[in-house]
Amino acid sequence: MNEQNLEKLLEVKDLRISAYNDEKQEIQIVKGVTFDIHKGQVVALIGESGSGKTTISLASLSYTKPGLEFTGGQVLLNGEDVLTAAPLRQRQIRGANVAYLAQSAAATFNPAITINEQVTESAVLHGILSQEQANERALELYHALELPNPDRIGYRYPHQVSGGQLQRLMAAMALCGNPDLMVLDEPTTALDVTTQIEVLKAFKKVIREENSAAIYVTHDLAVVAQIADHIVVLYSGEIMEQGSADKIINHPGHAYTRRLMDAVRPKPAAGMGGTVGAEFDRDVPALSVEQMTAGYGGIVNGEPAIPILRDVSVEVNNAHVVGVIGESGCGKSTLARVMAGILPQASGKVKLEDEELQGSLNDRKLEELQKIQFVFQMADTALNPKQTVGQILGRPLEFYRGIKGKEKRAKVAEILQMVELPPEFASRYPMELSGGQKQRVNMARSLAADPEVLLCDEVTSALDSIVGANVIKLLTNLRDKTGASFVFISHDLSTVASFADEIVVLYAGRVVEQGPTDEVLEPPFHPYTRLLISSVPELRIGWLEDTMQKREMAVGIARGVEITAVGCPFYNRCPMGIDATCDKEHPPIRELENGHQITCHRTVEELTEAERETQQILRGYEKLVDESMKVVV
Amino acid sequence: MNEPEKQNVEAGQEVLDKLDKFDELPDAPPKRKLKLSWTGKIATMIVVFWMVIAIIGPFIAPFHEMDMDGDDSFLNAHSNEYGTFYLGTDYLGRDTFSRVIWGARMTIGISLAATFLAYVIGITLGIAAAVKGGWVDMAVSRVNDAILALPSIMLGLIAIAAFGSSIPILVIIAGIIYASSVFRIARALGLDIMVQDFVEAAKVRGEGLWWIIKSEVLPNAAMPLATDFGLRLVFVVLFISSLSFLGLGVQPPQADWGSMVRENLAGLTYNSWAAVWPAFAIASFTIAINLIVDDISAKSGGSLAKKMV
Repeated sequence: MNEQNLEKLLEVKDLRISAYNDEKQEIQIVKGVTFDIHKGQVVALIGESGSGKTTISLASLSYTKPGLEFTGGQVLLNGEDVLTAAPLRQRQIRGANVAYLAQSAAATFNPAITINEQVTESAVLHGILSQEQANERALELYHALELPNPDRIGYRYPHQVSGGQLQRLMAAMALCGNPDLMVLDEPTTALDVTTQIEVLKAFKKVIREENSAAIYVTHDLAVVAQIADHIVVLYSGEIMEQGSADKIINHPGHAYTRRLMDAVRPKPAAGMGGTVGAEFDRDVPALSVEQMTAGYGGIVNGEPAIPILRDVSVEVNNAHVVGVIGESGCGKSTLARVMAGILPQASGKVKLEDEELQGSLNDRKLEELQKIQFVFQMADTALNPKQTVGQILGRPLEFYRGIKGKEKRAKVAEILQMVELPPEFASRYPMELSGGQKQRVNMARSLAADPEVLLCDEVTSALDSIVGANVIKLLTNLRDKTGASFVFISHDLSTVASFADEIVVLYAGRVVEQGPTDEVLEPPFHPYTRLLISSVPELRIGWLEDTMQKREMAVGIARGVEITAVGCPFYNRCPMGIDATCDKEHPPIRELENGHQITCHRTVEELTEAERETQQILRGYEKLVDESMKVVV
Repeated sequence: MNEPEKQNVEAGQEVLDKLDKFDELPDAPPKRKLKLSWTGKIATMIVVFWMVIAIIGPFIAPFHEMDMDGDDSFLNAHSNEYGTFYLGTDYLGRDTFSRVIWGARMTIGISLAATFLAYVIGITLGIAAAVKGGWVDMAVSRVNDAILALPSIMLGLIAIAAFGSSIPILVIIAGIIYASSVFRIARALGLDIMVQDFVEAAKVRGEGLWWIIKSEVLPNAAMPLATDFGLRLVFVVLFISSLSFLGLGVQPPQADWGSMVRENLAGLTYNSWAAVWPAFAIASFTIAINLIVDDISAKSGGSLAKKMV
């Protein structure tokens, strides 16, 4: 795109924003940032947390978070400085000229008001459209954003649609009043890969059709590569590098940009997983789950009222890392909670080194509790804010191992060093740590118990890519040093592939495929595994368009997870489903080499064949797929 | 590599070096100190002043609370052979100044004792209900609702009618009545904290219930409860004063701010200030505590203040 020919929409000139601390000292948050946005252009602001990207994007609405102040520079929207505009004019700009899409759609929508009312509210309030016009416009946008049942969806309440749909509805809300500029703040970060792709596709289409300009704020370069025309790389409130998407992605100049690119994990493929030395091998698995069914509500005849997991069998061998993947709602966390004894299973067994464990943790022995440690997802809430790091880490030492006094302090320092934190951190409170540091303390607490098995529930999900990559590196070291086993739960296949040596793919509470990482990530795939693998964004311009051509995408991404009692739960999203078989009968487990299992009605030969023919079938398949599923390229 | 590109890489290296050291924040954020605004400071001074008076009052008061040494009742400031009556005399010719000082001990003492009692009962039951849940929670909460549903002054009147008025009875009655609102807050806080991940982490570790309450729940509930303590104390002061005003609280001839207002009400028609001074004492003490509470809860986030009231 030739930038010179386009009219400038937003000019940010030497923007400076500061905060003041208790001693009234100025702390610069944004240190002189300059960039332009042209009409019809998507500009990505990329950087880690603390880089000031959200702060800069909010400046286009002439808004700062409480405690921050504009201290210099200009933000010109169509030539008008929004920073110095009168408060009344600023109100007109917000929503009418510039629309903001927050990160979490679920938190943005009011649960008590129907969707259509909320989507049209801003446009009507600003007097841009009458209610009737706004309704028409909203309907148009529902179609453009490829929402299911576009004619009816406006009458629903926010909790009645899925997360990905809500995210798209928020885009409709922003676009309803035809704003000049949209500010999208990490709109896909909290979503599953399959949902992310669906949202990205819709955003891209609608931005193109409406010819609107947008600021896209994210830390994920792979996502940016799909949607942005121009990229601004930020670190600590300063621009490191900016340029066209092609230039930044394909020829990054700045070392920091390269660092960000390294943190984008490569597409999951065979040969990435860890290998384990034989020195830790034992005859019996460290932890195993046999034919386990679990869920919520009262249990009748071994069936819970709301079943989540069904007939799950998983073995965790000593010093191995078992990755559990699947979309949200597939029962990954429930599996870990059953293993830890937080949620007693309805039927089936949980065994620790061939000793059967009691379902409830209240009935388990202290040493059994010690051997299985649970690492919570959110370090922010998993650490008591009123205890110092030393107290947090000291407690398991004292509780399980009776270590006290001086010895305890020495041990705490040792554990801190193990997770690569300075020993002085023992006197700090969790509030005084960064997100990555908190997560390290969170893991260190579990390590302090000297466990055999660590259950890690999405431990890197809330972290930036670089910080997350460091945590994975740390976990790998810890496994090699301690010989502990890990159950590593994540919805991010790339993370799992880079750390685990065995993978369990869960779908709607059932194991659809499991085996060594190398085998699972090589054909033949279960159709669901293939959907997951193809959904992981690649750091390549044009990847989104290419991927949308694949037929598993066309069928798979539009629907969500449904837990079914009979047949294969994946049937409604499966491109290879066999009518009257897959929806009626439980799929058989097909055994492959090295303990690799695929649960599917299709034979291994058919699955292998499908892999080879995917592309050919695809070309002809497009016509069969509903018109609305097609991507506009 | 050309020159600008080289510079670029060098600049990048600096950033990377910083990154390698720590994930994000190089320094710990400064610890939060509790700083009071000027209203908070003045309020603290007033509260401290009354506390000191409550402790040493009887030793510094020019007259005993029962001395009827004034020239006449409802006089303004004057002196005679017994001493100086700075704030005049009350309806029995006693020194108002001394009685306000003596009354501080009675009013603040009873209120503090009653509030402590309310806290001991309220927190114990509230946390127990939150932690145990089920029928324990159900039973305690419903009884508590019943107490809350009755107007506190009515309840106080009935109890005093049944047991008679004495200082221990007053403390116990006020304690029980106000325990019901403490219970509500303690239970709500307890429920909030019990579902936090760090409590679940302690449960998964196998910790006993007592340890969880002591180490995980109470430290996190302490600050909001302490803030509430100030507010509750104010309510109890007003409650005791109201009872005294009705003649059912502290019995004459003992001095108490509430009863002093009632006794001297008639004096207002004779242009006497005897009823105003104890009223002023009640107002200054309660408003000052309120200001401190406001200040603290504003510092620790407004949500807290909302939860309290």
